[in-house]
Amino acid sequence: MSAKESTRVEYGKTLAKLGAEYPDIVVLDADLSGSTHTHHFAKVFKDRFFNMGIAEQDLMGTAAGLALGGKIPFASTFAMFATGRAWEQIRQTIAYGNLNVKIVASHGGVTVGEDGGSHQALEDLGLMRILPNMVVLVPADGPETRAMVRWAAAYQGPVYMRTGRMPVPVIYDDGHRFELGTGSVLRDGTDVTLIGIGVMVHACLEAAEALAQDGLAARVINCSCLKPLDWELLVDSARLTGAVVTAEEHMATGGLGSAVSEILSEHCPVPMKRIGLKDTFGISGKPEVLLKHYGLTAADIMAAARQVWRRKGENCAAPGPHLQPAAALTGESK
Amino acid sequence: MVEKIISKGYSFNTLYKMMVTGGIRGRWDATPPSGPGVATACLMTSRLKGEMNAIPDEAQLQEIARQIRLDIIEMLYQAGSGHLGGSLSAADILVALFFGEMRRKPGEPCWPDRDRFILSKGHGAPAYYAVLARLGYFPREELLTLRRFGSILQGHPDSGCTPGVEIPTGSLGQGLSIANGLALAARLNGHGSRIHVLLGDGEVQEGQIWEAAMSAAHYGLDNLVAVIDRNRLQIDGRTAEVMSLEPLAPKWTAFGWHTVEVDGHRIAELLAAFKDCRAVKGRPSMIIAHTVKGKGVSIFEDKAKYHGVAPNEEEYRQALRELGG
Repeated sequence: MSAKESTRVEYGKTLAKLGAEYPDIVVLDADLSGSTHTHHFAKVFKDRFFNMGIAEQDLMGTAAGLALGGKIPFASTFAMFATGRAWEQIRQTIAYGNLNVKIVASHGGVTVGEDGGSHQALEDLGLMRILPNMVVLVPADGPETRAMVRWAAAYQGPVYMRTGRMPVPVIYDDGHRFELGTGSVLRDGTDVTLIGIGVMVHACLEAAEALAQDGLAARVINCSCLKPLDWELLVDSARLTGAVVTAEEHMATGGLGSAVSEILSEHCPVPMKRIGLKDTFGISGKPEVLLKHYGLTAADIMAAARQVWRRKGENCAAPGPHLQPAAALTGESK
Repeated sequence: MVEKIISKGYSFNTLYKMMVTGGIRGRWDATPPSGPGVATACLMTSRLKGEMNAIPDEAQLQEIARQIRLDIIEMLYQAGSGHLGGSLSAADILVALFFGEMRRKPGEPCWPDRDRFILSKGHGAPAYYAVLARLGYFPREELLTLRRFGSILQGHPDSGCTPGVEIPTGSLGQGLSIANGLALAARLNGHGSRIHVLLGDGEVQEGQIWEAAMSAAHYGLDNLVAVIDRNRLQIDGRTAEVMSLEPLAPKWTAFGWHTVEVDGHRIAELLAAFKDCRAVKGRPSMIIAHTVKGKGVSIFEDKAKYHGVAPNEEEYRQALRELGG
């Protein structure tokens, strides 16, 4: 597993290839084509690339109009600006109108790094999954990105896809294909389920490997299709293992952890722990440093796995330190 | 239905009378050009082969506008809510567009070169629905179900419900970007479509409008015509008092648009402006149509309070009297 690819780069390259297969694909960006990698497409298909400048609301509205005119628009910018600045435009025209726009936004999560809190999108998955008609995808590696972009081009309807800045280890085969509403079991086990998304998938695999040394067999799921959720797989896993950890580069509320909690609390409540940012904004730093700072490493996943495994069979958690809310909420100084 | 009428060889005037009284029922094509669930209907037309090279004359168009106003009053009275002032101020603009300017092909509702329309000031929906009903997109009886639970006529335009409506609108400031996208698509597809979008003047306070204004000029969208329903009022009062817009025309010119100003209640002036804009190359066109909010009924005219209310019983009767209904 030494090969690494960046999901944003694979997006850009795949889009440029698809441009030849689908003459109706058009691409829009908001002055970030060098970072989102839509520049690959722009170079080959100049007439079908529209830079809207630093104007994300206009970007989404124009994409909606292009879809109405029979085109297949891929609209890209940073996840913060796509889903934050233009949330209402996405909601009111693309989602409400069920239009064929693919929003592929890069720079999700803390691994954005040195740019800091304003640029680290920690809410995008929550903001998008709450919209009716929106498909929400977070590819874990290069091959999955290529599969998802190809799938999105053929799918009729709104799609949000989050890509990342850092290169990540390759997990899937080159010919990997994506099927809507499916998660994948990357490693099997019966003691605890680790559900990851994006860069956290590889961390879950590392955690599982380390847990195995301690005699704990973890099932690892890549929940790359956040909406629609493969809820059957999730419920089966909870029933099989009895303890669940979710891990995402996102607020612990609103994204993967919340989605899984919603399903399991109704169908199979088990002890659960959500790895994610605890109601706090990001800060500047190297990606690896930030992942450690915010508790988003394999070691953190392992610790959480042990905790929930110990609580297996309990209906309600006993009071204790693991129940403390984030410091911000209690009003205590950090 | 339309084909039968053509084959019977009715004269234009007879057909026009039939159309005005709602006699012609059209077809609508619900096949989405892109994406499921988008009930994109294409415009049917009263313009028939040969005879319809001449559009209705001004008197005939004014009569249609009077009927549209009557429909608006009736719809809102039945609904008990809705946007009175902004629907009445837009009536003549919509009539000029749909019955005069915009090109379609009879029997070919999805003709790729057809002209398109976006109601960016989505709260003007009652006027828009009245026009669509008259064009035969849906039975006129539907007008009386406006805003009711289960109606195909939602409070603001919803493409998922209403034949003829291209895209949902209602949240202000978003329609110009959409129109730009349509204009770009038409150009890429090699279609001769002209894209029309109606904005409110208060709506122009939204920042996204100016983003779209820049884009339209940057991309030289000369197949785009925007119209502002400049009735000088918004909900909290006069636009000049709430958030002033003047000098408005120079702003659009400065953004690179071909800009004209007309009396938004003179259909002949509107039609002349559309014709003028068709000749403009390399720039989008903006028609600032000076209007009176609530136009057509003296008690509603130029009053901010009638933005988002329906007429009561007394106002309704007076409105019918004044409009000759």
